[in-house]
Amino acid sequence: MGKNILKRIDLIFKEEPDSKNVLKKTLSKSNDELINELIASGLKGRGGAGFPTGLKWKLTAESKSTEKYVICNADEGEPGTFKDREILTQVPYKVLTGMAVCGRIIGARKGFIYLRGEYKYLLKELNAEIKKFHAICDELGLKFRVEVFMGFGAYICGEESALFESMEGKRGEPRNKPPYPSDFGYLGKPTVINNVETLAHTFTIFQHGADKFRELGVKDSHGSKLFSISGDTPTPGIYELELGMTVEDFVNDFGDGDTKAVQVGGASGFCVPRKKFRETRIGYQGKLTGISLPTGGSMMLFNSSRSMYNLLSNYLEFFTEESCGQCTPCRVGTQQLIEGIRAVKRGEKPASYLDKLLALTETMKATAKCGLGQSVANSFQSIVENFREEMIY
Amino acid sequence: MTSKVNITINGTPLAVDKGTTILDAAKLLGIKIPVLCYHKDLCIAGNCRVCVVEVVGVSKLFAACATPVWEGMEVLTNSLLVRNSRKHIIELLLSEHNADCTKCYRNGNCELQDLSAEYKITNQHFIDLAHTREYTIDDFSPAIHKDDSRCIRCQRCVRTCDELQSVGALAVINKGDKMKISTFFDKSLNEVVCTSCGQCVIHCPTGALIEHNYIEEVWDAIADPEKYVVVQTAPAVRVGLGEALNLSAGERVTGKMVAALRRLGFNSVLDTDFSADLTILEEGTELLHRLKANLVDKDNKEPLPMTTSCSPGWVKFFEHIYPEMLSHMSTCKSPQQMFGALAKTYYAKKIDVDPAKMVCVSIMPCTAKKFEADRPEMRDSGYKDVDYVLTTRELAIMIKQAGIEFADLPNEGFDTIMGKSTGAGVIFGATGGVMEAALRTVYEIVTGREVPFKDLNITPVRGLEGVKEANVKIEKALPEYKFLEGVEVKCAVAHGLANARTLMDSVKQGKADYHFIEIMACPGGCLGGGGQPIPTTPEIRQKRVEAIYEEDMSMSLRKSHENPEVIGLYKEFLGQPYGHMSHKLLHTDYVERQRY
Amino acid sequence: MDALQEKIKEVVAHHGRERHNLLPVLQEVVEQERYLSDYAMTLIAEEMGISAADVYGTATFYSFMDTVPRGKYLIRVCKTITCYMKGKNQILMALEEALKIKLGETTPDKKFTLMETNCLGWCHKAPAMLINDDVHTELTVEKVHSIIKEYKERP
Repeated sequence: MGKNILKRIDLIFKEEPDSKNVLKKTLSKSNDELINELIASGLKGRGGAGFPTGLKWKLTAESKSTEKYVICNADEGEPGTFKDREILTQVPYKVLTGMAVCGRIIGARKGFIYLRGEYKYLLKELNAEIKKFHAICDELGLKFRVEVFMGFGAYICGEESALFESMEGKRGEPRNKPPYPSDFGYLGKPTVINNVETLAHTFTIFQHGADKFRELGVKDSHGSKLFSISGDTPTPGIYELELGMTVEDFVNDFGDGDTKAVQVGGASGFCVPRKKFRETRIGYQGKLTGISLPTGGSMMLFNSSRSMYNLLSNYLEFFTEESCGQCTPCRVGTQQLIEGIRAVKRGEKPASYLDKLLALTETMKATAKCGLGQSVANSFQSIVENFREEMIY
Repeated sequence: MTSKVNITINGTPLAVDKGTTILDAAKLLGIKIPVLCYHKDLCIAGNCRVCVVEVVGVSKLFAACATPVWEGMEVLTNSLLVRNSRKHIIELLLSEHNADCTKCYRNGNCELQDLSAEYKITNQHFIDLAHTREYTIDDFSPAIHKDDSRCIRCQRCVRTCDELQSVGALAVINKGDKMKISTFFDKSLNEVVCTSCGQCVIHCPTGALIEHNYIEEVWDAIADPEKYVVVQTAPAVRVGLGEALNLSAGERVTGKMVAALRRLGFNSVLDTDFSADLTILEEGTELLHRLKANLVDKDNKEPLPMTTSCSPGWVKFFEHIYPEMLSHMSTCKSPQQMFGALAKTYYAKKIDVDPAKMVCVSIMPCTAKKFEADRPEMRDSGYKDVDYVLTTRELAIMIKQAGIEFADLPNEGFDTIMGKSTGAGVIFGATGGVMEAALRTVYEIVTGREVPFKDLNITPVRGLEGVKEANVKIEKALPEYKFLEGVEVKCAVAHGLANARTLMDSVKQGKADYHFIEIMACPGGCLGGGGQPIPTTPEIRQKRVEAIYEEDMSMSLRKSHENPEVIGLYKEFLGQPYGHMSHKLLHTDYVERQRY
Repeated sequence: MDALQEKIKEVVAHHGRERHNLLPVLQEVVEQERYLSDYAMTLIAEEMGISAADVYGTATFYSFMDTVPRGKYLIRVCKTITCYMKGKNQILMALEEALKIKLGETTPDKKFTLMETNCLGWCHKAPAMLINDDVHTELTVEKVHSIIKEYKERP
C-alpha cells in the first residue's frame, strides 16, 4: 500500500446495482437531459486526448444517418497503461451500460468493443457479460447489441480512425481529419468512440448525477481518474485518484524515495524530472498553476539507477515498430531519432546534433498525420531537454 | 447550388465551393503547393505531408491535398513554419531514399529530385538510412523493374494498381520502419497478377518503378552490320512522343518521328497502324464468324460477346481474373504481334532479307507489349516475332542520345509494303478506337454501305467516360449476311482495368448481352499507356485524344479495308481474312493464370 | 477440395464475405493453422473477393498475424520499458536456455516459438510474457523454468 497522501477514490470499481437500474433511470429522461448531465459533469475522454465526452455524444447525435455506431476503445496499448483491462474484468457492466445509453442518445443499435489481441484471455468472460447484458436490454425493450472485435497486435489501432480502418478489415492506418468520427466513423457512419474508462465514468454520472463527479478534481479537470502505476515503486498497481494532483504529491505517495523522473502518459507522454515535480500537475489543460499534463493514466516512476538514454531508446524502438509507416514524418522521423541518439552516444555525431533532432520533433508534432507521430515529440523533448548529459555521455 | 466558403490564402481573400481542398483553392490563386503522394488520377492519401500548410490559430499543420476549406480559414502556404517543416520532410524522404540521382533511370524526370532542387537541399543533415538497409530490386519482369531503394512510399503505385486498374498486384506490407510496397508474399512482379500495364510506372514520382529498358540492345542491333533492323510505331506514340522532347501535349509528330527513326539508323521504318488495319479485317471477320455461329448455328464454342485482344495488359488481366471465360477473347494477335509475324515472313521475303538476320523493334506506348513480345506463343514466324519493345519514353531517350534536334526535323513518310495506314488504324490509340474502326469496316462488309455516322465519326464510343455503349442496327444486309438483318449489334467499350472489371463482371453474371466489347488496359486507351511520357494526367490524356482524332481526319483513307497495302497482303500472301495463313500467323490462344 | 479450402470456405461463410470481416477470418485461420500460409491467403482472397496482395498487406500490419509457421506454443516476451527495467533480458536468456533456441526461432519439435512483443499491459507485474493467449507475470528465472517444464509436459 502507498502512503495514502492522495485521497483514494472508489467510484469506478465500486459495486453498484446492475445495469438495469441505470438504464431504467436514463430511459425516463430525454436525450437532451442526458447530454446536458454529461456536459455538466465535465467528463473528458480518459484515453489521453481529453475531448469533452458530452460534446462528442451531442455532435454524433446531431449527425444525420440511419446507421450509427458506439465503439468502446479497449486497445489499451500505451506502455505503462493497464487500467482498462481491470475495468473490463471487474465492472464490465458499467462499460456496457454506458455504451447502451450512448447508443440510445445518438441513435445507434450496435456497439463494438475493440479489444486488443494481447487481452484475448478476457474474451470468454466478456462475451458472457455481454450475453447477460443483452438480456437486460431486451427486458427493457432497448434495441442494442454489443460485439467484441479483436485487435491483433498493433498499437496504432488505439488511434480512433486507425481503429475504424482495422475494424473495416484493412491496415490500421489513421485517416485524414477532418472528417471526424461524429460524421464519418466506422464504415463511414457517425460513430462515438470512447475509452473504456470514459464509458465506465458515464455509468457513475448517470447513476449518481453530474455533481457527484464534478465535485472531484479541479477546474477543467473534473472527476477521478484511474492511474496505472509502475516502474520503480514499492506499490505498483491501479489507483483511482482525483485529478489535479502535483507530481510531487504523487511521488511522495508512490515513489521509492529515490525517484528521479516520472513518465506521465506512457511513451507518448511527458517525462517529468525531479526538479519539476512540484510545479507539474496532472490534469487537462486549464487554469492550473505551472505545467498541466493530460494523461491516459500511465505513471511510470524511475529511480536514480535508471539510464534515461536507455529509457528514450526503448520508447523510440517502440515507436519505430508501431508507427503505421504511412506518413513521412512519423515513419522516417522515428528512425532518424533513434539512429540519431545512438550516433550521439557513440560519438559519431556531435552533441549539437541533439538540437537538430529536437527541431525535427517539432516538425513531427506539426506535420504527422495522427497523434502517434505528433506525440513522439513529447517524450523525446522532455527527456532530451531535461537529461541532455545522459544522452551524450 | 453549392454553397461558397470564404477563406484567405496568404492574405488574399477568395470564395470557393464547399468541399474544395486547400490545394485546389490555392491553385485558383496561382499558388503552387508541392505534392508527392497526390495524383489527379487517384484518391487522396495525405501521407507524404509535403503539402502541409499553416492555418492561422492552429498549431499543427494541415495536408493541403486532404483538407477541405472551412469558413473563415486563413491559410499560409509559405510561412516559416511551413517552409521549415516542408524542408524537414523532404530531407527525411531523401534520407531513406537512394539519392544516387546520377545513376537513376529517372534522373531529370523525378518529382523528388525537382522538389529537392526547389528547396535547395544541398547537404544531408540526417543520417543516411538508405545505404544501411537491404532493399529488394526486382528485375525479373520483362516489362517493369521495381527498386525499393528509390521508393518513397507515397503509395501512388498501390492506389493505381488497386483503384485505377483493380489488379491488386501491389500492396503496402508490414508497418513502421519495415513498411514497404510489395507484392503477394514478396514474389517477383512476373510471378504475380501484375498485368505489366505500367500504370504504376507512369504514376511513380521517382525511379522506384521503371520500365525494363532495351535501349542498349537496340543500339547494338542498329550498329551490327549483319542485322537488318525493322521498326514499327504504334498509333499512340505519335501523339505522345513530342511531350518527352519538349513539345507541348497533343502535338502530332508522326512525320518527325519517322524522320528521327531513319536518322537513328533503322533500316525500315514501318507502321503498326498498318497492322492495326489488318487486325480490323481479321477481328471483324472473326466477329461475323462468331455472330453467325451463335445466332444461326447455335454454336457457342466461340461465344459472344467477343472481346478485343489488342491490349496485352488487358489480355493478361483476363487470363488472371477470368480464366474460365478465355473463349470470349478474340483469337487475333495484337497489331504489334501481327506485324512481327509478318515482318519475318512476308516482309522479309518481299525485301529479300534473311529473317534470321532481321531484328524487329517496336515503339509502343506500353510496357505490357514487352511482356507480350516475350510470350512463348509469339514465335509463329519461326523466330521471336518481335525482338525488342521500346516505350515512347525510351525512343525519346534514344533521340536525345543521338543528338537529334527533334523539333527541327522535317516530316517524312513511312516506308512501303507495311507502312501504309488509314485513319481507322490511327484511332486504335484512343479508347473506343478499335470499336469504331471495326464498325466502319464490318458495317460496310455486311451492308455494302458506309456506317451511318456523320463523317464516319462514331461519337458514342469516343471520349473518356469509363464504360461506353453503342448499338448499331443492321438494315438491308447483303444476301450473304441476311442472318444479321434487323439485328442490333450491341457494343461496349471500357478503358482502365477497373472499368474493364465492372464491365466483364456484368457479362460474367449474365447481366449484359453485348456482342462485341473493346477493352484497353490503360485509362484513355493506349494514348494513356504505361509507356507514355511522364507525367500523364487527365488533361494531358484529353489533349492526346484530340490529336488522335485530328490525325484520323487528316488521312485520305479512313477505313481499314481500303488500305491498299493490306489488300495487297491478302492478295499476295494471306489469301482470305480469317483464313488458313491468318490462323497460322495472326491468331493465337490464351492461358489460364493464377489469381494472386 | 482439400481440407484447408473447406475450412476457409466455412470460416468465411460464418463471418461473411464483406471486407470488414477480414480480420476475424484471418484471426480464426491463424488460431487454427498457427500461421497464415501463402496458400491460405490466396484462398481467403478468392473467397472474399479481395486481392491476395491486399490480404497479405493487411495481415503483415498486425504483429500477431504470423505468416511463417510457428510452434504450438508461441511465447511473446514483453520488451517494453517496465519489463525491460525489471529484467526482461534475463527472462529471455532463461527461455533460450530452457528451450535451446534463440529469439525468433522455433524448437525442432515445433512445440515452442520464442518472440518478443511490445507492451502487454502488465507493467505493474513485470516482467511478463504471453504463451498463446495466456499471460504469465512477475517472472523470474526459476518461474520461467517451471512454466516451460509444465508446457513441455502438455501433449
